[in-house]
Amino acid sequence: MDARDVTRALGRISHEIVERNHGASDIVLVGVLTRGVHLAQRLASRIKEIEGHEVPVGSIDIGLYRDDIGLREPSPLAPMSVPDIDGKTVVLVDDVLYTGRSTRAALDALIDVGRPRTVQLAVLVDRGHRELPIRADYVGKNVPTARHEEVRVHLGEVDGEDVVTLGEESPKEAVR
Amino acid sequence: MIRHLLSIRDLDPDGIEKILATAASLADVGSRQVKKYPTLRGRTIVNLFYESSTRTRLSFELAAKRLSADVLNFSASGSSVEKGESLKDTAQTIEAMGVDCIVVRHKSSGAPLRLSKWVSANVINAGDGMHEHPTQALLDLYTMRQHFPSFAGLRVAIVGDVRHSRVARSDVLALQMLGAEVTLVGPPTLMPPNASSWGVELTAEIEEVLPKIDVVYVLRIQLERMEAGFLPSLSEYSRLWGLDSRRAALLKDDALIMHPGPMNRGVEVSAEAAELPRSVITDQVANGIATRMALLYLMLGGEHSVEASASA
Amino acid sequence: MRDVLLKGGRVVDPAAGRDEVADVLLRASRVAGIAPEISSDDADVVDCRGLVVAPGFVDLHTHLREPGREDAETVETGSRAAALGGYTAVCAMANTDPVADNAGIVEQVAAFGRRAGLVDVYPVGAITVGLKGERLAEMGEMATSSARVRFFSDDGRCVQNAALMRRAMEYARTFDAIIANHAEEGDLAAGGQMNEGDVSSILGLPGIPAEAEELIVARDLALARLTGARLHVPHVSTAGTVALIRAAKAAGASISAEVTPHHLCLTEDLIRTYDPVYKVAPPLRTKADVEALRDALLDGTIDCVATDHAPHTQDDKEREWDAAPCGMVGLETALGVVCAEAGLDLTRLVERMSTAPARIRGLSGHGGPLNEGAPANITVFDPEAAWTIDAATMATRSRNTPFVGRELKGKVHHTIYGGRFTVREGRITNGQG
Repeated sequence: MDARDVTRALGRISHEIVERNHGASDIVLVGVLTRGVHLAQRLASRIKEIEGHEVPVGSIDIGLYRDDIGLREPSPLAPMSVPDIDGKTVVLVDDVLYTGRSTRAALDALIDVGRPRTVQLAVLVDRGHRELPIRADYVGKNVPTARHEEVRVHLGEVDGEDVVTLGEESPKEAVR
Repeated sequence: MIRHLLSIRDLDPDGIEKILATAASLADVGSRQVKKYPTLRGRTIVNLFYESSTRTRLSFELAAKRLSADVLNFSASGSSVEKGESLKDTAQTIEAMGVDCIVVRHKSSGAPLRLSKWVSANVINAGDGMHEHPTQALLDLYTMRQHFPSFAGLRVAIVGDVRHSRVARSDVLALQMLGAEVTLVGPPTLMPPNASSWGVELTAEIEEVLPKIDVVYVLRIQLERMEAGFLPSLSEYSRLWGLDSRRAALLKDDALIMHPGPMNRGVEVSAEAAELPRSVITDQVANGIATRMALLYLMLGGEHSVEASASA
Repeated sequence: MRDVLLKGGRVVDPAAGRDEVADVLLRASRVAGIAPEISSDDADVVDCRGLVVAPGFVDLHTHLREPGREDAETVETGSRAAALGGYTAVCAMANTDPVADNAGIVEQVAAFGRRAGLVDVYPVGAITVGLKGERLAEMGEMATSSARVRFFSDDGRCVQNAALMRRAMEYARTFDAIIANHAEEGDLAAGGQMNEGDVSSILGLPGIPAEAEELIVARDLALARLTGARLHVPHVSTAGTVALIRAAKAAGASISAEVTPHHLCLTEDLIRTYDPVYKVAPPLRTKADVEALRDALLDGTIDCVATDHAPHTQDDKEREWDAAPCGMVGLETALGVVCAEAGLDLTRLVERMSTAPARIRGLSGHGGPLNEGAPANITVFDPEAAWTIDAATMATRSRNTPFVGRELKGKVHHTIYGGRFTVREGRITNGQG
């Protein structure tokens, strides 16, 4: 995906979110650090263009909720900020959906800070190979991959440009 | 991350920054609905305290519990230690119970280091004799960081019984590692022997120092020091080196007052000085929990480093 | 008993002024001849080519722990360790339990030594009753007992009271005995755990300043001047003490001094491990002290090497630093450490390990000269052999030494005590020699 593909996908997802939820009044977007947060912010600004009002955006770090604690070097934690989610529709936003384990961790992190009415999942890329019964409600692009391959999402805010690449896995790279 | 934290020397500046950053992310857990993370579920941490210390033990206990670890408290009084069991035997007994981490407080300098040679668990020094108290230094740094963006060039005066202070040894090492300038203030009898080798300024003149510094760190004076002949009297100490409100007024407007606790109000610090807005003594206590959580997460979270499993 | 012919060794015997390749014939318990070439049809011929043949080593400072701490060492196990280290005589310190402060105990220790039969064991008598530093022990009883004590020390404890030390010195003169004081000023050293300095400051261990030793040595030198006593300064550990001794000797004092192998090579920096194997009294000092001690041993300011062999059980040593006792074993590693570290030529090496200590303690049967008719107390060693000691094969009952696994230079091949091999080819002979 190039930059225009990313923009188009986020635009479509924004419309789908508003459409499915009959507006945006009860929606909170929560991004999974790091790139999920930037995606959530972009979605929020598109929804504002569509609906005309601000959607709260939060961020969560799933480091403390991972199921592979003790199997890898822990990453330093980033500050979390989650707005009031009680009774709200939370859309979790992440860059890549793969095994589903990160999403599981994000769900647990979310539930520890409040009780949303419903949680939906938006991802830029779904690359398959699920290991848990989790599916995305909104998908930017389905990318069929092999396990040894690696999907890399680059975003302007972090990486200088928007691009999604598919390549061989670099063994030391920890994909979060 | 490191396997044991026995001395600040076990860390490098990056390691310290990593702990402080992680602590900042954990600081709000106390205000959440669920005051707990599942991170260390199934891990067991033992607080092995050969010296009574309510605040450090509680801080470690709370930090461990907020990460969902199981915590055992083992204090020397009323245990097999009183029946003459050696540190090594005790360590191996605890180890045999399948403990992942031992947090040890001991009256003998170096006891945690010795312990670390006898067990496979992670060992954290919670204060050993007059040697070090590294987690206190980390929470002190965290507290300073809340007010000052950088340690480079930060001027810190440590006042009082540096000679007998494990807190001072860890703080000096940590502050120097991060580029701060440290001055030790107090009577020569309470300065460490050969302190010139510490790379710090030494002075007995507190009032000359106070206007120049960003942090005044006041150490506890113990009654025993007077009995052992290090000081003529506590009242003389208080008069010459105590931080009272008159002396506190010499500080710069944004300078901090710190103390590792417990305080002897009226001896090394007056009640008024301890309660000035610039005093962050109670913040230090609160910050201890987040700092120790960060340390436990980073030390225990990554121990069995298997090939990172791909997940996204 | 067959004659023994030590063939082709380099005989280094400072007391005889000898350093030459020669054959040494031993008959019964004595030296029967030394000559460039001796042949014998029926002698037990031992090839000593490439080895040094010297008078057996003499240790002025050995803790044998018996009676009282037989779990750490006995006179017998300590004697085996001594023989393996090339020693033919050791002086057993008085801090046993009960203390060797009376004729009964010193006679008992001497008897244990004779029964073991591997080295001459000369008991050291306590200066004060129970090592308490309060009143004089019965030095005369010990001197006139069958143990014939000529060496008094409260080693492990310092006689703090100057008047008492003066009396002890005056009294010891009666028997022409030497008197040694473990030099450590009690108030300055109180609570001390290691040398006071940069390292103690960092480690948070209370320090013992060099001055704690130097004050007592200066005081005792003054008292020796006052009383005319033969003061022996044990385990010198500081450059300042070296200077005091050098000055006193220059002024003609009849004093002597010893240094341990460990103080000749180990420094306080090792204590960063908090491993009590490095805890000794006096404490390990600085590099500058080590250099001063080496210089002093070389130039004779310090007369001899003494091991301060101090066995402790593993249970006692494997503790927190401040709870562990002081001392390390040294009999089996002394030669290896001294050859590797002290920088002595062979004549000086033998002089410092054998001739000088025998002279100081007044042992005519030890330290040479190995002339015809002299008692056959002999060590045969290879001063160049590099080796490491194996903890499993050590004879001492304790293992508190940092030298296991460290490369040593200089290895004992044979030890001959009273004409019999106590050690042959590096092994204890169990009296079969």
